[in-house]
Amino acid sequence: GTQLRVRESESEAKVDGETASDSESRAESAPLPVSADDTPEVLNRALSNLSSRWKNWWVRGILTLAMIAFFFIIIYLGPMVLMIIVMCVQIKCFHEIITIGYNVYHSYDLPWFRTLSWYFLLCVNYFFYGETVTDYFFTLVQREEPLRILSKYHRFISFTLYLIGFCMFVLSLVKKHYRLQFYMFGWTHVTLLIVVTQSHLVIHNLFEGMIWFIVPISCVICNDIMAYMFGFFFGRTPLIKLSPKKTWEGFIGGFFATVVFGLLLSYVMSGYRCFVCPVEYNNDTNSFTVDCEPSDLFRLQEYNIPGVIQSVIGWKTVRMYPFQIHSIALSTFASLIGPFGGFFASGFKRAFKIKDFANTIPGHGGIMDRFDCQYLMATFVNVYIASFIRGPNPSKLIQQFLTLRPDQQLHIFNTLRSHLIDKGMLTSATEDE
Amino acid sequence: MLELRYRGSCPSPGEAVSPPPREGEAAGGDHETESTSDKETDIDDRYGDLDSRTDSDIPEIPASSDRTPEILKKALSGLSSRWKNWWIRGILTLTMISLFFLIIYMGSFMLMLLVLGIQVKCFHEIITIGYRVYHSYDLPWFRTLSWYFLLCVNYFFYGETVADYFATFVQREEQLQFLIRYHRFISFALYLAGFCMFVLSLVKKHYRLQFYMFAWTHVTLLITVTQSHLVIQNLFEGMIWFLVPISSVICNDITAYLFGFFFGRTPLIKLSPKKTWEGFIGGFFSTVVFGFIAAYVLSKYQYFVCPVEYRSDVNSFVTECEPSELFQLQTYSLPPFLKAVLRQERVSLYPFQIHSIALSTFASLIGPFGGFFASGFKRAFKIKDFANTIPGHGGIMDRFDCQYLMATFVHVYITSFIRGPNPSKVLQQLLVLQPEQQLNIYKTLKIHLIEKGILQPALKV
Repeated sequence: GTQLRVRESESEAKVDGETASDSESRAESAPLPVSADDTPEVLNRALSNLSSRWKNWWVRGILTLAMIAFFFIIIYLGPMVLMIIVMCVQIKCFHEIITIGYNVYHSYDLPWFRTLSWYFLLCVNYFFYGETVTDYFFTLVQREEPLRILSKYHRFISFTLYLIGFCMFVLSLVKKHYRLQFYMFGWTHVTLLIVVTQSHLVIHNLFEGMIWFIVPISCVICNDIMAYMFGFFFGRTPLIKLSPKKTWEGFIGGFFATVVFGLLLSYVMSGYRCFVCPVEYNNDTNSFTVDCEPSDLFRLQEYNIPGVIQSVIGWKTVRMYPFQIHSIALSTFASLIGPFGGFFASGFKRAFKIKDFANTIPGHGGIMDRFDCQYLMATFVNVYIASFIRGPNPSKLIQQFLTLRPDQQLHIFNTLRSHLIDKGMLTSATEDE
Repeated sequence: MLELRYRGSCPSPGEAVSPPPREGEAAGGDHETESTSDKETDIDDRYGDLDSRTDSDIPEIPASSDRTPEILKKALSGLSSRWKNWWIRGILTLTMISLFFLIIYMGSFMLMLLVLGIQVKCFHEIITIGYRVYHSYDLPWFRTLSWYFLLCVNYFFYGETVADYFATFVQREEQLQFLIRYHRFISFALYLAGFCMFVLSLVKKHYRLQFYMFAWTHVTLLITVTQSHLVIQNLFEGMIWFLVPISSVICNDITAYLFGFFFGRTPLIKLSPKKTWEGFIGGFFSTVVFGFIAAYVLSKYQYFVCPVEYRSDVNSFVTECEPSELFQLQTYSLPPFLKAVLRQERVSLYPFQIHSIALSTFASLIGPFGGFFASGFKRAFKIKDFANTIPGHGGIMDRFDCQYLMATFVHVYITSFIRGPNPSKVLQQLLVLQPEQQLNIYKTLKIHLIEKGILQPALKV
């Protein structure tokens, strides 16, 4: 019995195992092959005389400036373009991580799996976009009949779509490849969890006001650059075994530089309505508008400086936007916890023996390499806004109220009334109107 | 290049831990053995081996010893092995069903605790399988981190649900108010602490394993914890929304098995060779009928039909209300072909029974896919059962594998077709707004209610 089993598995091992051990030895001898150098010919020629190290520096520098310029252009173009860019970045990140999974598991030939992964991406995006779009485009959606039905049964439709994918997965399970298929299924879902939810939280933040999108992302980028520079010039004590290039000097210097940068940036941006107002969809003009009365957060206020700093600066009071206080919290998070996202990505790259996620950006690696510190930032900003800044959305509440039954509506109305009377906002006299 | 690698093999600490991958190749040629021991030098790569090998190379994970109680063993010692197994399964099935009835009798709070207990046990079972697959029981911190994440996610979900349902209770206590208001922030901070601990716990040579266990934990949380919370939300909607779906799945399991046993001929899916088309279709029809009847019986009692509420005066859960229209008998005219069959013009039904048809259909047609998923999972990781908690049946997960999708479906069904937003939640959010916003909303609502005639302008309370 045992003999037979061992021999069977051995012959199977020879057939499939050889491929596996072959590819495994290949994988061991070299890290997963990175695609060919994508540096454009132009740059290559221009920098051909410099030494390799400086050449790398220049390439990185030029690309950094190119990305920052691109960022400014997109901001200028408005929220709609930003949304599309966020979506593209999300798809590219998903693609990069899934490709790594394929390379790790040599599972490019698994039946159906590429289709299924993209299908799940589509489903989850449909679900999230549906939830957001319904909130922000409420009036538009109510007008068009097909959209109204889609939004009313949105969850049911999304769930059905997901189920179809799930059943296709179960039906596609092939003997001898079960484990691989389950791994890829798990890999896809974890990737979706990370990439898609983050990108939707980014879009939520964006709709709250472009400043909530720009300031956090810029803080993370600034922290990246500042920590690198402080480390380059002053770096001595290593920070963590996972990333040997990071140093404590870079970490702390980056922290202070980012906080200052955040304060300055918020000061500059809080002055402009286009950054500060929530994005709204205007039905008449059929486009996005950012026009409003800026909230208290974005109005200059006087603050008394505590005694300690008074003696240093020599001012008694200072005029600041309240948002700048919040920006300190955002910058602190970006400098202290953001790097953990980077360490996570470094650990991931070491675990799977890859140098970069992909080779999309010459000198920098893949899109994921640029966004690894942003992982946690979007969630933090979203949670921060939900907890400390805005309460529930009044118009959404009214919508929900209107769908309740009449007796429930009456009950809520009476409770609200007694609450307002308690607070003194309402007196029985005003009721007579 | 390859030659150099083979010569460099030396015994490494990893060898002691790794007998299983060797077994399949013990009878193989030198080439295979050398390459295996060579891989041993880098523990990470050895685990990497596990990834790309096909299933046949993975040995079976030994199931834990038989836990059938001594009593049963003695009572059944006379019978042959096959009948003995049947009897054990039968007795345990009846025991589980009686336990189920007992807990229903004890009320919603006990049911909540039961669901929580099952969730924790399922999580434990799946994580244990992960440990065994990856031989990672010795990884630093990892057991602590898995349980910590379970705690975080549960805290988050319970906070969201509890806050809704215990609104009046929560308003009274000051500390609870604080916890509720900043609930998301606190949950996120707790999760972040776990995330940072994970990053700090990464150990050289074990990176891949640790990432695998991290992902395994998260996927398990996604499956078990979210499902169990959806179950609890369904429960709060009314115990009937908890009982009918679960019983439909159980009934489908049992009747499909019985139909397959007596009439089964055509295999259904390669993944589960014991399932047959006859069982599948027979199970479908019986489940629909069973669901129909169970819905009829349960719809009569307020205890099952009313949403669970927490009354602050009594400090307990009450299920008392005016049953909604779903649970009031209505007469339907039968379509002509049914008229001829049943020879009746009309029939009185609860509208809920129509919904029960949808629920039973899902339980019979799509529920089994959850079972196939679990079968595929067990084959992929070469385990016979998830655990050996229930003698004759396997682990808790084995019993609940068909329920995976049911809870989500019922929840989505309820939110899409049955109820609108939760009134207490709307009220809660209203009370959090700024006073000016509240006043504005109040005026808007007043106008709306007067228009609809719900509020009479003359009536002042």
